[in-house]
Amino acid sequence: MDWQPLMLTFKLAVVTTVILFVISIPIASWLSSTKSKIRPVLETLVSMPLVLPPTVLGFYMLLAFSPENTFGSWLDEWLGIRLIFSFGGLVVASVIYSLPFMVQPIQAGLSSLPSTLKEASFTMGKSYTTTLLKILLPNIKPSLLTGIVLSFAHTVGEFGVVLMIGGNMPGKTKVASIAIYDEVEALNYAAANSYSLILFSVTFIILLLVYLTNGGFFKRYGQ
Amino acid sequence: MINLNLKKTLGSAGGKMDLDLQLIVEKGQFVTLFGESGAGKTSTLRMLSGLLKPDSGTIEVGGTTWFDSCKNIDLKPQQRKVGYVFQDYALFPNMNVRQNLEYALRKGQDKTIIGELLQFAELGPLEQRKPETLSGGQKQRVALARALVQRPEILILDEPLSALDLKMRIKLQEYLLQVHKKFKLTTILVSHDIGEIVKLSDKVFELQNGRVIKKGAAADFFGLNKTSAKFRFSGEILKIHREDVLYVISVLIGNDIIKVVADRTEADEFKIGDQVLVASKAFNPIIQKI
Repeated sequence: MDWQPLMLTFKLAVVTTVILFVISIPIASWLSSTKSKIRPVLETLVSMPLVLPPTVLGFYMLLAFSPENTFGSWLDEWLGIRLIFSFGGLVVASVIYSLPFMVQPIQAGLSSLPSTLKEASFTMGKSYTTTLLKILLPNIKPSLLTGIVLSFAHTVGEFGVVLMIGGNMPGKTKVASIAIYDEVEALNYAAANSYSLILFSVTFIILLLVYLTNGGFFKRYGQ
Repeated sequence: MINLNLKKTLGSAGGKMDLDLQLIVEKGQFVTLFGESGAGKTSTLRMLSGLLKPDSGTIEVGGTTWFDSCKNIDLKPQQRKVGYVFQDYALFPNMNVRQNLEYALRKGQDKTIIGELLQFAELGPLEQRKPETLSGGQKQRVALARALVQRPEILILDEPLSALDLKMRIKLQEYLLQVHKKFKLTTILVSHDIGEIVKLSDKVFELQNGRVIKKGAAADFFGLNKTSAKFRFSGEILKIHREDVLYVISVLIGNDIIKVVADRTEADEFKIGDQVLVASKAFNPIIQKI
C-alpha cells in the first residue's frame, strides 16, 4: 500500500488546523462580543461551508485562483503563488471549508462565559488581549479542544473541494479520500479498504478522545 | 468628590426608561443606592466604572473628568481607578485564590499587598483553592480583596451580600465597614436591605425609574430618628391576621417572626410585604444570654 496519500492527508489536516486556530480566535471573539450590524452577514459567511455543496466552493475557488483570472494572475505574478493543483491551494480551500467547525465552538464557548469576567478584568486595567489570553480562553478549554478536533477530522474527511481545486496529483494533492475513490475506480478494492479502514479508525479514536475529555472521563478515572 | 450627571436611555423589562440623574458623593463617604429592581442602580455603577457609556452628561472624580459627552472625553474602564465587586463575584475559575488577586496587580506593583490582603480577609488557608470549591461568603471575601489590590479610591459594591445567609451577611457587613475605613475608600453600595443600609452607609439615594426621588442621611432617610425609642428594629410584614376586634401583624425581623397587635385603623395602613419599623419605649426589654 502507498502511504503517501495518508501522510498528505494528515499533513494537510495539521497545517489547516493550526492556521484555523490562529485566525478563528479573533473572528470568534469579535463575533461573540460585537453589536455591529454586519455581524449576521459575517456569521452567515462563516457558516456557509456547512450547507453548501463542497463542489460549489471548489468551483468558485478554481475560478478565482486560476491564473487566467485577475486574482489568480495577481497571485501568480506578484507573489509567485499558484493555488490550483498545489498543496498551498488545498490548505487555503480547507481553511475556508472547515472555518465553521473552528469558529462556532469557540464563539459558543466565549458567549457562554458571564460577561462580568471580562468586565472585572477591564476594571483591573487589563487590555482585551490580556483578558482574552489569560481569562477567557483558559476558561473555554473544552470548546477549544472541540474546535481543534472537529476541524482536523473534517479536513481529513474532505473530498469535493480537494478534487475540484487540487485534482489528483500523487504526492502533491492526492489525499487519502481521493486515493480511495481512485482505487475503487480501478476496481482495486483491497487498497481502497486499507485506506478506508485507517481513516475510519483514526477519526473514531480522535472523536472518542474528545468526548471522553469533555465528559470528564480522564479527570474521574485518570489518577 | 464624585460628581455624576448622567443621561441614558435603557431598555428595561417594562419597556424603555430614561435614566436622568445627578449624584454628588463626597470623598470618603459610604453611599448606598436604594430602590426597586430596574430603577437604574446597576446601570449607574456601570457608567461610573466605564462599562456602560452614557448617552450624554459628565462624570468627574476628584477634579478629573472621566466622561464628558460635549468634550468627547470617555476614559476606558482600564483607566478609571475603581474597584468593582460584582453581584456574581466574577472570580476567574481557572485561577486559585492567590492567582485571582495577583492577576489584579498593576504592572510593576509591589506584590506584598497580596499577602496583606489575604491575611486581612482571612483567606490565607484558602489561597491555593479554586473558586468553585469556596462557599459564598469566602467567594465574596476573595472578590472584595481582589477589588482592593490596585488600591482604588472608589469601591463599587453591586448587591455584594444578597446571595448570603443572614449570619454571613452580618459578619461581612462588619468586614465591609472595616475595609471602608482602613483603605480610606469612597464606597458606593447597591442594597435592598434596610438594616444593612442603616448599618453601613452615611448617605442614601433612592432611585425610581432612573431618577433620584429621595436622598438623605441613612438614619433620617428611613425615619428612624423620628422615634426616640428604647429599642427598634426594621422588618417586613409577613401576615396581617384579624383576631376578634384586634389585628395581629406578623413581622419578620432578621430570622425571627414577631407578632405586633394593632387596631383596625393601624392595620389598614399596612399591607403584606411592607418594610416597617418595630419599636418600643414603654417597657424595658428583658435581656438574656442564649
